Amino acid sequence: MALLSKKDANLILDPLADNNPITIQVLGICSALAITAELKASLVMAISVIFVLGVGNVVISLMRNVIPSKIRIIVQLIVVATLVIIVDQVLKAFAYELSKTLSVFVGLIITNCIIMGRFEAFALGNGPWKSFLDGIGNALGYGVILIIVGFFRELFGSGTLFGIPVLGDPIAKTGLYATGYENNGFMIIPPAALIVVGIIIWVQRSRNKALIEEA
Amino acid sequence: MKEKLHQIKEKYKGKKMAPAFNAIHTFLYSPNETTHSGSHVRSADDLKRTMNTVIMALVPCLLFGIFNAGYQHYSAINGFPAEFSLFEHFLTWENFWLGAITVLPIVIVSYGVGLAIEFIFAVIKGHEVEEGYLVTGMLVPLIVPVDTPLWMLAVAVAFGVVIGKEVFGGTGMNILNPALTIRAFLFFAYPTWMSGDKVWVHGAKDGITQAGSADAISGETVLGYLAQGNTEFTYSLSDMFYGFIPGSVGETSTLLILLGGLFLIFSKIASWRIMLSAVIGSLAMGLIFNGIVAAEWIPEYSKFYGLMNFEYWQHLLVGGLAFGIVFMATDPVTGSQTNRGKWIYGFLIGFMSVMIRVFNPGYPEGVFLAILLMNVFAPTIDHYVVRGNIKRRMKRLKTATIHPKVTDGVEALKTETV
Repeated sequence: MALLSKKDANLILDPLADNNPITIQVLGICSALAITAELKASLVMAISVIFVLGVGNVVISLMRNVIPSKIRIIVQLIVVATLVIIVDQVLKAFAYELSKTLSVFVGLIITNCIIMGRFEAFALGNGPWKSFLDGIGNALGYGVILIIVGFFRELFGSGTLFGIPVLGDPIAKTGLYATGYENNGFMIIPPAALIVVGIIIWVQRSRNKALIEEA
Repeated sequence: MKEKLHQIKEKYKGKKMAPAFNAIHTFLYSPNETTHSGSHVRSADDLKRTMNTVIMALVPCLLFGIFNAGYQHYSAINGFPAEFSLFEHFLTWENFWLGAITVLPIVIVSYGVGLAIEFIFAVIKGHEVEEGYLVTGMLVPLIVPVDTPLWMLAVAVAFGVVIGKEVFGGTGMNILNPALTIRAFLFFAYPTWMSGDKVWVHGAKDGITQAGSADAISGETVLGYLAQGNTEFTYSLSDMFYGFIPGSVGETSTLLILLGGLFLIFSKIASWRIMLSAVIGSLAMGLIFNGIVAAEWIPEYSKFYGLMNFEYWQHLLVGGLAFGIVFMATDPVTGSQTNRGKWIYGFLIGFMSVMIRVFNPGYPEGVFLAILLMNVFAPTIDHYVVRGNIKRRMKRLKTATIHPKVTDGVEALKTETV
């Protein structure tokens, strides 16, 4: 890859699979459970986190030599809070319905453990370009899981994808519903996300045995 | 025949499909292998024998469920007989036939899907097939409504066996009772097929009408009826005890469940402590609710009034409480292991079942939720019972006057006690 050196490329690719923030580090689970009932909400959440983590990591990295280590958590909070407010305002201005669906969870990006985790673990010790790649990579890893979970939950729970019916009309009984199929109400409720994430973790670890933790 | 099977087994040892073959083999015959090291006590009741005993206790409930499915269906169409006679109205070929064609497919799907998954996992993992599904497969048809679509059942069984059991390591390692996991999945995934007044009688969902009128047939469970705020119901006490009421396939007949429970207690398969304490727990909660009504703390128009006013001991006759207590709470894998723990575990199951019944507006049945909840807490209960026991013994040791020789000091005794 000419654009990025191998080391840099790994910063983006690692969190997508073998060091995924959700399935391996088990961070950011709360929002993964709460907003993945619809694919659209998952996608918007993923984009928001990509923005916040990408920019946040760069800002923290630029300031890393001037932040007194005693108050670094507060500084990090201010940075992430600023970015989250920007996201929240943009959503309210251009996608009001969606911002209502996501409700408090946009604000709660501040408390998303992935973000503080990357600030602490990476941005405070690396340059801005590397921090940017790391931020984008981790947010992408988070987003991929969100979208997979959102896909299955919306497909089986509501029979739609991005709000578009793909399995037919459940009321007029067309498409798959004509055969007696029904939407699975279990997939709508948050515990289903926990189980879907669990299945992803299971599949991932049985494909790559090196990921299995010591009991 | 037996020798031949043993030879085949030797021949295919280590092959991929060996576990699948061995499962069928040991189901029919006891294996010819002996243990290779140490001394072992040979006992007559292995896992399969235990499972078969439970299934024997369940068969009467299944047969009753088959007749009851037919009886409820024809009674809903033609009206309930004024003078009920067991042989003329209940044990008829007509009832049996209708029940058989609705209930047996459920049994077949439950066993077919469940055992297929067990076999697949055994082959992948390369271990022997475990018999855990034998009882679950029989319990599942008994705790679902007669008209449950078969594909829904298949999905739920697949979910229950994989997520409820196999991910934890298979039979004996599961935290939750697989049959109840299946029931809970069905309830949360397809609530319209699991509650209401249209699912308990065969044909009601399809809109079959009553004889001589345009009204569609329906059948409400006693609990569902009470939950809507009604206080009077048409079923007599003996109907509820013998089980001539609508409900899930095999849970209606308290009499047969009682007989099955006694059979399990006398064959020492199930714990009488859990059963007894669960009954006490449900009676206690029922009495508290009756007391609230008697003290007039709750007005008659409250939506909880109907169920709170329900005679405390009659809770045991309706719904799945009796069935849950006898066949589900006593599951040796998911229940408490210590004797004191069993009392606490059982009591809380009964207590919470009745509480959820009264307070859950959507679905007046709490047994499966109460048992699943206590399944989760069973290890914690056991932990504290064991710790409490250790503490008590340590205390006894401190105050004890030690008579033995001076050479075995307190330390030695301490290790012995712990």
